[in-house]
Amino acid sequence: MRRFQSRLIDGSMSVVFAFVAVLTVILLLGIFLFLVFNAVRALQTIPLQDILLSANWNPVSYTKPVWGILALALGTLIIVLLSLLVAFPLGLLTAIYLSEIASVRSREILKPLIEMIAGVPSVVLGLLGLLFLAPILANIFQLSNGLNALTASMLVAIVTMPSIASLCEDSLSELPRGLRDASFALGAGRASTIIHVLLPAAKSGIAGAAMLGLGRAIGETMIVLMVAGNSLSVPRSLFDAVRPMTATIAIEIKEAVTGSMHWSALFVIGLILFLLTLGLNIIVDILVRRRIHT
Amino acid sequence: MKRHTPDRLFLNLCRLAAFLCVSILLAVLILLIIAGGSVITWSFLTQTWQHQAIESGGIAQAIVGSAIVGIGVVLLSFPLGLGTAIYLTEYSRENIPKRLIELAIRNLAGVPSVVIGLFGLAFFVHGLKFGSSLLAAIATLSIMTLPWIIAASVEALQSVPRKFRDSSFALGATRWQTIHRIVLPAGLQGCLTGAIISMARAMGETAPIIMVGATFYLTGFPHSLSDRFLALPYHTFILATQHAHPQAQSYAAGSALVLMMLTFLLSSVAIGIRYRIRTRKVW
Repeated sequence: MRRFQSRLIDGSMSVVFAFVAVLTVILLLGIFLFLVFNAVRALQTIPLQDILLSANWNPVSYTKPVWGILALALGTLIIVLLSLLVAFPLGLLTAIYLSEIASVRSREILKPLIEMIAGVPSVVLGLLGLLFLAPILANIFQLSNGLNALTASMLVAIVTMPSIASLCEDSLSELPRGLRDASFALGAGRASTIIHVLLPAAKSGIAGAAMLGLGRAIGETMIVLMVAGNSLSVPRSLFDAVRPMTATIAIEIKEAVTGSMHWSALFVIGLILFLLTLGLNIIVDILVRRRIHT
Repeated sequence: MKRHTPDRLFLNLCRLAAFLCVSILLAVLILLIIAGGSVITWSFLTQTWQHQAIESGGIAQAIVGSAIVGIGVVLLSFPLGLGTAIYLTEYSRENIPKRLIELAIRNLAGVPSVVIGLFGLAFFVHGLKFGSSLLAAIATLSIMTLPWIIAASVEALQSVPRKFRDSSFALGATRWQTIHRIVLPAGLQGCLTGAIISMARAMGETAPIIMVGATFYLTGFPHSLSDRFLALPYHTFILATQHAHPQAQSYAAGSALVLMMLTFLLSSVAIGIRYRIRTRKVW
């Protein structure tokens, strides 16, 4: 009887756990479906080229609302590329230091510290951008204020750097010990072993790290909301104020009437962001068998 | 000799990068203290917020709001995350459903927070009629923390040696008995570190709560989960960008500093637990 009872509990628990686990799949699908469901009104009424290929975004105009996201997308693109340009070398070199150079002791200290950088809320970085980085950059480059794509990129780089470093470090430390030994035995120094042997061997993981960084940067909201300058015109230089797609959603969604065309258009932007990051994530998945990076 | 100079140059470059990363953390702390340290007083921490006279009020509602959100998120997403991790490590075999679930988790972790906010707004606030509320914010943020908790729990459960399970099965225990008497007690601490770190991150998130429930115009404390609330990151954001008071940004830095201290405190607890697991447990 007791045996039967424990079998019964065992069987029902396995169903419970399977159900809970399937919830993650349902959530991801649910997010997608809700985005589509809310975006459908705009997608049906506005021709796709008027959304994707026009640079005029003015959804609340009384005379003729326009829905072009090109200027917003350009803002996102500039900030994403610029921040990766800073965060990728920094993250990769840090990963090399952690995995190949640092003593066990300094690694034990550094790794949690770098993880703590990832834990700094982005609103805090945005605030420090407003208070310190923007005035400093405005001073250096003789600008009226420092709220522009460049300032935002520097801060977004801080957000993406830890995840790039962590994925690069994983792929470096997973390499077999024999690679290093063989290279040293052939007389190569530490630097040339790293540059000519280890980095090529870990290249897919490192490429994956760059993609992961891209995805993080695309989704960053608070920093770009606070320091990117909030301008709807097409950026012509790095010193121009921009308003990336994420910031547009965060600014306008509270003002948009639920279910209106404006609301729906913001969900179109959300859907684009979702599909972009999903695509990047799938590329990372193909490049590297990984654990989940936070 | 000739070969060693570029060698050393490269190694030092790596050292410099790592040093730079860590100094970012220090710089954030020091700059926050410079900007906001002066406004932090006992009454700033314990008084309720006054919109007009910001010098006379404090951030008590923001602290309480953030604490409720943090605790709520852990209460909601930890059981779900742990359950998923148990399924992945203890029940599933290497088959397509498992691969699919893992794929979903990794992709969920990559969804931008503002998009999760949109979902929360459409589903929790309007669809389920939670309204703009604490409950909607907790549910929305839990979607973000779920993949993090699953990742940490999977790692913790996987580090419990295989022979523990085999010994338990050999004694005739069922799978569930093995899990809740053997695997969970051995791995739970590791799972908890994931929960604590997720709690810290959830408390720092701003974009989703702007959309689903935070408000600046609050006279008292929230009385139930269906009330709107004030939270530390939201308080920081509004004061930094939308308040005309000349000292607003100092006060923004003050509440950012409190938020950072909370985050650091939670992270340190998690790191401490992890360190203890690694040094004490010899399997």
